Amino acid sequence: MNDTGQSTVAPAALVIGGGIAGIQASLDIADAGFRVYLVEREPSIGGRMAQLDKTFPTLDCSSCILTPRTVDVDRHPGIELMTYSEVMGVEAEGDGFKVAVKKKPRYVDVTKCTGCGLCAEACRMHGRVDSEFDEGIAKRSPIYVPFPQAVPLKYTIDPNTCLYLTRGRCGKEFLCQNACPADAIDFEQTEEIVELEVGAVVVATGFDPFDPTKKPEFGYAQYDNVITALEFERLASASGPTAGKIVLGEREINDVVFIQCVGSRDKQVGNPYCSRVCCMYTAKQAHLVHEKLPDAFVTVLYMDIRAFGKGFEEFYDRVREEGAFYRRGNPSEIIRQGDQLIVRAEDTLLGQPVEIPADLVVLAVGMEPRRDCQSMAEMLDIPEDGFFREAHPKMEPVGTGTEGIYLAGTCQGPMDIPDTVAHAKAAAAAAMIRLARARAKTK
Amino acid sequence: MQIQSRQFARDNKLFACIQCGKCTGGCPVSFKTALNIRDLIYQILATGRQGFEVSGIEVLWDCTTCNTCTARCPKEVSPMDVVIGLRGAVVESGRIPETVKVALESTFRQGNPLTFPREDRAAWAKDLELKAYPDGAEWLYFVGCSPAYDPRVQKVARALARTFEAAELDFGTLGVEETCCGSETRRLGEAGLFEMLVEDNTELLQGYGVDNIVTTSPHCYNTFVNDYPDQGMEVQHYTQVIAKLIAEGRLTFSGELDKAVTYHDACYLGKHNGIFDPPREILQAIPGLKYVEMDRSRERSLCCEGGGGRMWLEGTNIEERLAYQRVDEAIETGAEILATACPFCLLTLEDAVKTRGKEDQLQVMDIMELVVQAL
Repeated sequence: MNDTGQSTVAPAALVIGGGIAGIQASLDIADAGFRVYLVEREPSIGGRMAQLDKTFPTLDCSSCILTPRTVDVDRHPGIELMTYSEVMGVEAEGDGFKVAVKKKPRYVDVTKCTGCGLCAEACRMHGRVDSEFDEGIAKRSPIYVPFPQAVPLKYTIDPNTCLYLTRGRCGKEFLCQNACPADAIDFEQTEEIVELEVGAVVVATGFDPFDPTKKPEFGYAQYDNVITALEFERLASASGPTAGKIVLGEREINDVVFIQCVGSRDKQVGNPYCSRVCCMYTAKQAHLVHEKLPDAFVTVLYMDIRAFGKGFEEFYDRVREEGAFYRRGNPSEIIRQGDQLIVRAEDTLLGQPVEIPADLVVLAVGMEPRRDCQSMAEMLDIPEDGFFREAHPKMEPVGTGTEGIYLAGTCQGPMDIPDTVAHAKAAAAAAMIRLARARAKTK
Repeated sequence: MQIQSRQFARDNKLFACIQCGKCTGGCPVSFKTALNIRDLIYQILATGRQGFEVSGIEVLWDCTTCNTCTARCPKEVSPMDVVIGLRGAVVESGRIPETVKVALESTFRQGNPLTFPREDRAAWAKDLELKAYPDGAEWLYFVGCSPAYDPRVQKVARALARTFEAAELDFGTLGVEETCCGSETRRLGEAGLFEMLVEDNTELLQGYGVDNIVTTSPHCYNTFVNDYPDQGMEVQHYTQVIAKLIAEGRLTFSGELDKAVTYHDACYLGKHNGIFDPPREILQAIPGLKYVEMDRSRERSLCCEGGGGRMWLEGTNIEERLAYQRVDEAIETGAEILATACPFCLLTLEDAVKTRGKEDQLQVMDIMELVVQAL
């Protein structure tokens, strides 16, 4: 409050992160009539949910239910979408916050770019950079959109792989510039710091998937046909790099083994917690294998099955009825015999060690805090316990202890999509209460 | 002979076990004998207030203490120490295999499990004129029992001493004063004798003010680092010291070794202590040497079946020695030499090559034997 007794809180919110949590929180806050600055560090919003094929237990197509929301964000007059931007500082000022946002140079004028993609096709490095969105299964150009439904549908030049930006030269002339009919390519762009004033902050920075090279016994780094669940999602997706076919090179896939709890419930890797989503996404993936490869033999190696949500146990029943063999035992290692992978485990119900042949092994990697969670916590001055820590585990699930800063989604802990959406709506409600109170005072 | 189940379970944190089976599923021995450590843990828990009968569990002696189970347990239980604990109860009852009895008695009387006289401990270096550590040296070279007495492993000790001299490393030995570190004693379950050895050795080493120790054997290295009380001494395995000498340019090669070589990770370097790179760095520094890797390497390496007292125990399935498998895996890579950095691995793998009649395809050598060839 200032000395006239009026609130100094700007009727606006900052939302950090443009995954489903940030999208939902932004839409709710903006729908309530407050201004929203949605900051996303990647070139597009959409987050992890955009990468997924189907969702459990209803088998809704993930991008089909997500895309209407991303489009709504783009069109919403109350939301200022700042993609390819990073929050550099959040300072409490009066009752609100002063925020510094770095807009990274895209080297593409977004007011001119029509998203036609001719630049990417023309680029000398076309098809030679691993696509992050496709988990490295497909390739992209250094000038790219992460995926066809990207919002905004504007191209970005990746400074780490563009020949000109890394080496200072790219042939005699810029092929992207020549190809662009809109004259949108601009190598002169520089980063820009934007200052914002907001009354509330919603942190929706998401999670990182567990890095399976930390469990070297599974040979993820050695064997091409040991993949993560996210890679499987890209293989299964009809709009993915294999058009939905489960294929890995020339190999015919007959035996598929899923391994649960990779990097979850595991003190050896410092993740004692359950990631909450892997049991069900694995059940869904087992279903997808049967749908796409009806003759495949699917084995799911598990310790316990946690099917606790609405419709979850029923879905688990269905997947087993389809023929997925749930075998109790946490496998210890994967080795190669000839050109066949062998998963070694104890079937604890038989009480016998077993060697299970596999053409494809899918690791159900768990959720981890973002690598930069700690520095983010310091910048925002909020507590963390690996993930960001809620103010009270029961009564304050979105608060942080710092007035005006709220948590949404998996930055607070592992959650599935429905829980994330609910959590994000709760964070939005908390932010709106604060903004509405401030507005009432100014009237 | 019974153990008090609840107390044993508490002491070994067995209530943390979720019976996931990762221990048994990775145990190299479980695939060839009836040893199932996950099941043993459950039986101990399930006997509850009653005692758990340990006599007659022959498979207890199959364990090689390779540490795979313990390294991978998601709940930080140590199944390997359960085996050692149960062996301890059997040892207390006195009903132990004859070969173990002989090894333990020899350790008690002669300071080595190999039944050699104490006064012959320095015989391997008779003609080498090595410095006596008490006369002042930077490093204590702790030779170990097998390198001191076993004619095959003596070659490794001699190669190591020669290399240290070539690199002008200031080192000395304790000669006949050196006594068994107790590594295998502890793993055979003889906790009392081990405690005695720890006391004797601690007194000896402290008496001479030892700061830096380098060992031939990963087993000695491990026991000094992990089983002995911390005395502020820097203990290193020779592969760490040699790799550093090479990196610093203090050890250079003038010869070449035109051979394809693969390396077998010793459990007590790798799975126990995470030392994977120094042995590989040494091999790759040898001019002309072509290094190849086996599929099962580093954290996924296969135990040779020589640890955990198994040098004195046949186990319940001798037909399927893990070393046989390992030799086949080495041959599959096209390597002419299977290199290792552990006396037990050296003996076990070489024995496997002979038994399998593969001498014309594969030679088993310690890394140090390759190093001296290229000096």
